[in-house]
Amino acid sequence: MDLQIALLLAQDGLTNGAIYVLLALALVLVFAVTRVIFIPQGEFVAFGALTLAAFDNGKLPGTVWLLLGGAALVLLVEAVAARRERNNQRLARALLFYGLLPAVVAGAAWWAAALKLALPVQIALSLAIVVPMGPILYRLAFQPLAEASVLVLLIVSVAVHLALAGLGLFFFGAEGSRTPAFSEAMLKFGEINVSGQSLWVYGSSAVLILALYVFFSRSLYGKALVATAVNRTGARLMGIRTSMAGGLAFTLAAAIGAFSGILIAPITTIFYDTGFIIGLKGFVGAIVGGLASYPVAAGGALLVGLIESYASFWASAFKEVIVFTLIIPVLLWRSLTTHHIEEDE
Amino acid sequence: MMARRLPLVALLALVALGPRLLPEFYVTLFNYIGLYGLVALGLVLLTGIGGMTSFGQGAFVGLGAYATAYLTTVHGLSPWATLFIGLAVTGATALLLGAMTLRLSGHYLPLGTIAWGISLYYLFGNLDALGGHTGITGIPAVSLFGLSLESGRDFGYLIWAITLAALWATQNLLASRQGRAIRALKGGSLMAESMGVDIARTKIIAFLIAALLASLSGWLYAHLQRFVNPTPFSLHHGIEYLFMAVVGGAASLWGALLGAGVITLLNEWLKDLLPKLLGASGNFEMIVFGVMMVLLLQYAPNGLWPLLARRLPAPRREIAVSDAQPLTQRDKPASGTTLLEVKAAVKRFGGLVAVNDMSLTVKAGEILALLGPNGAGKSTMFNLVSGVAPPTSGTVHFLDRRIDGLDPRRIAKLGMSRSFQHVRLLREMSVLENVAIGAHLRGAAGVLSSSLHLERGEEARLLAEAARQVQRVGLGEHLHDAAGSLPLGKQRILEIARALCADPCLLLLDEPAAGLRYLEKQALAELLRKLCGEGLGILLVEHDMDFVMGLVHRVVVMDFGEKIAEGLPDEIQRNPAVREAYLGGVE
Repeated sequence: MDLQIALLLAQDGLTNGAIYVLLALALVLVFAVTRVIFIPQGEFVAFGALTLAAFDNGKLPGTVWLLLGGAALVLLVEAVAARRERNNQRLARALLFYGLLPAVVAGAAWWAAALKLALPVQIALSLAIVVPMGPILYRLAFQPLAEASVLVLLIVSVAVHLALAGLGLFFFGAEGSRTPAFSEAMLKFGEINVSGQSLWVYGSSAVLILALYVFFSRSLYGKALVATAVNRTGARLMGIRTSMAGGLAFTLAAAIGAFSGILIAPITTIFYDTGFIIGLKGFVGAIVGGLASYPVAAGGALLVGLIESYASFWASAFKEVIVFTLIIPVLLWRSLTTHHIEEDE
Repeated sequence: MMARRLPLVALLALVALGPRLLPEFYVTLFNYIGLYGLVALGLVLLTGIGGMTSFGQGAFVGLGAYATAYLTTVHGLSPWATLFIGLAVTGATALLLGAMTLRLSGHYLPLGTIAWGISLYYLFGNLDALGGHTGITGIPAVSLFGLSLESGRDFGYLIWAITLAALWATQNLLASRQGRAIRALKGGSLMAESMGVDIARTKIIAFLIAALLASLSGWLYAHLQRFVNPTPFSLHHGIEYLFMAVVGGAASLWGALLGAGVITLLNEWLKDLLPKLLGASGNFEMIVFGVMMVLLLQYAPNGLWPLLARRLPAPRREIAVSDAQPLTQRDKPASGTTLLEVKAAVKRFGGLVAVNDMSLTVKAGEILALLGPNGAGKSTMFNLVSGVAPPTSGTVHFLDRRIDGLDPRRIAKLGMSRSFQHVRLLREMSVLENVAIGAHLRGAAGVLSSSLHLERGEEARLLAEAARQVQRVGLGEHLHDAAGSLPLGKQRILEIARALCADPCLLLLDEPAAGLRYLEKQALAELLRKLCGEGLGILLVEHDMDFVMGLVHRVVVMDFGEKIAEGLPDEIQRNPAVREAYLGGVE
């Protein structure tokens, strides 16, 4: 391997690594706020990418039906709850967020599908379709079990992953898709070429991370999420609804997931089940950070990207084996450095 | 009794006659249910009973299958030899994985198994020696007593014999000393550790058993199919195994077979139905399974078995207690010997000093009360002595041995036994079995002898001892009731019986009289007096002044982490510092 190949692989690794960083951050966020280990994160990556690909092909993406179906179910659940509480405000809010808004989004998607609008519009529409599935999922699958053990939530999480992956197969079929790059530019830095898309990935990741930082440290809702993560009961006593915090965390995670998919779709072909593996690589990064530390998780995720890139050069058949076995030394190290008496749940 | 046995009789009849009478298709399905049931059985033990979980069981099945496939085809070994090699490889892998993850929080094991499940799947598919994604063909049939089990009809008998034997052995295990330890994993680790159970080891045992059952199923699978490829051992199948355990009922062993049956049949039906319904081909059954799991965990978290079992006439199950020969007792120190000596103990939590420069002694045949208002540091003090939280500085000696820094299990072994302020019982288990956990260190039977019920002599003596302690504290009428059904006061008494079952020479009791009625308090005081008359030392943390004053020999009073008074009960009652601490001075 000469320097040029090494640099090329590093560039490749950093591009994927940047995506894993975003996913790792979302996973840490969701776990901290809701104790859910968010396995379906990967499905949002695939849904984001494949929805955009459908628009790009002038087709109405199947995720629109998923959005409408999910929103209708939430509307039903909320309407029943609102009726029982005789709470008209709750009913109105549900009608707005789970009735009107999804209908508008679906209408816009239907109208736009055949028109092949500009890429930024397609991206905005794709996000508008996929991101609401985060809170919908939280409301339907996780909120009723908010007090269950981490273990039960994990099993639910895996079940949701399975259902969404199956739906992904149904909506998008078994063929993979690629989307057009944000920019066809090719920049030359000394010896190596860097594609414009890679720069987009680096830039968007940096901006997103900064935005998250500002959100958590400056905004009221961000602080509410941090408070819920630190102490659920305490946050509740301060008037923060944990279901609100959970819904918000899922919305952010869905947004990050879908956007990651859109970023990476011009670089790798995305199949309905690709997201799962991408999401799990984010996980390996998150586990390096003990599912608690944002910076360490980000560092771990970058490392995963780099290792994967170099592994694909030396032993491409064993790329996945190497990446997922990486978790073993990490767990060993955590096990040896943690002195923690398991509390009874 | 007959009605209760009816399902078992029906199953046995099906196992015996099914392979002869059913059409080929159903014989195959039935064989798969047996194979999957074996894996699900391990998961019920791990998840439903042990409170841990694994999505990587598919990979363990694969290890067993590939071990025998490779060794029988390439090296020509006998399937019976490769069975044990496969089990050994799986066991070693599970030990490694368990040792790394089981000390961490509960979710690291399942996450580790997900990663390991994926990794092994790709490894199977990419190793040329294992035939890559095409796999290995030409695996020989198993022969038994010269009989070659080539057809699925014949091999089914072996599958079901092994599955039912595994069910029997697991049931035996759960009704034993080791089984009680496994059942304490979910929600009782701290308590069990204080009773001398090695929690880390018990967790690994449960994980190991689940892995070995999966490996066994893999061996059977390889010799039933006679070829293997990576697909059946993917993470996806690992998830399906877990679903079987959850659907059937994660806390009942029979639920494993029920779950395996339901998921296998449903899978078959949906694979047929959904592609027609949706007009496309693909694994759409996973949508249904996913949604079904979410609904099940929301509305029937205990699975289908309890719903089914409710329809069967269930006699009250009572564990027989015999007049077995009493267990040997440890040599007790003579009355007046110093048992416990705490010197200048300090406990800091960051900047907070919870206990500061505390010293106290407890002698055999003496009751010492540790008093103090809320937040005085009594419970922290208690934890220092029992080993739950080691002191920052200072020493603790027990029977002239230094014990600060030892874990609760070692301290329990030396003859110190405790109760908990917030009652820690296994609510579903009977009073008798809860108390028997206290006697954990007085038995020695291992997992293997327990599974085969070769330890019945020792078990009878443990249960007899437990029953004796239950009688001794006056809960004899509740012997077979679920511990969770007792009123709180009696649950506290039960905790004392459990502590006594360990045959201690020092008893630590954390607010035993809280929640008791007047007469119950009198009975408790009577019991404690009797115990200390027999030479036991008792350290009592208590709020109830009336209860303490008439009972104990000496009192130590704490406030803000420090000792403010020590002496005889009536001296303490007159002590101005104590009065101020309890009644408040003028602000």
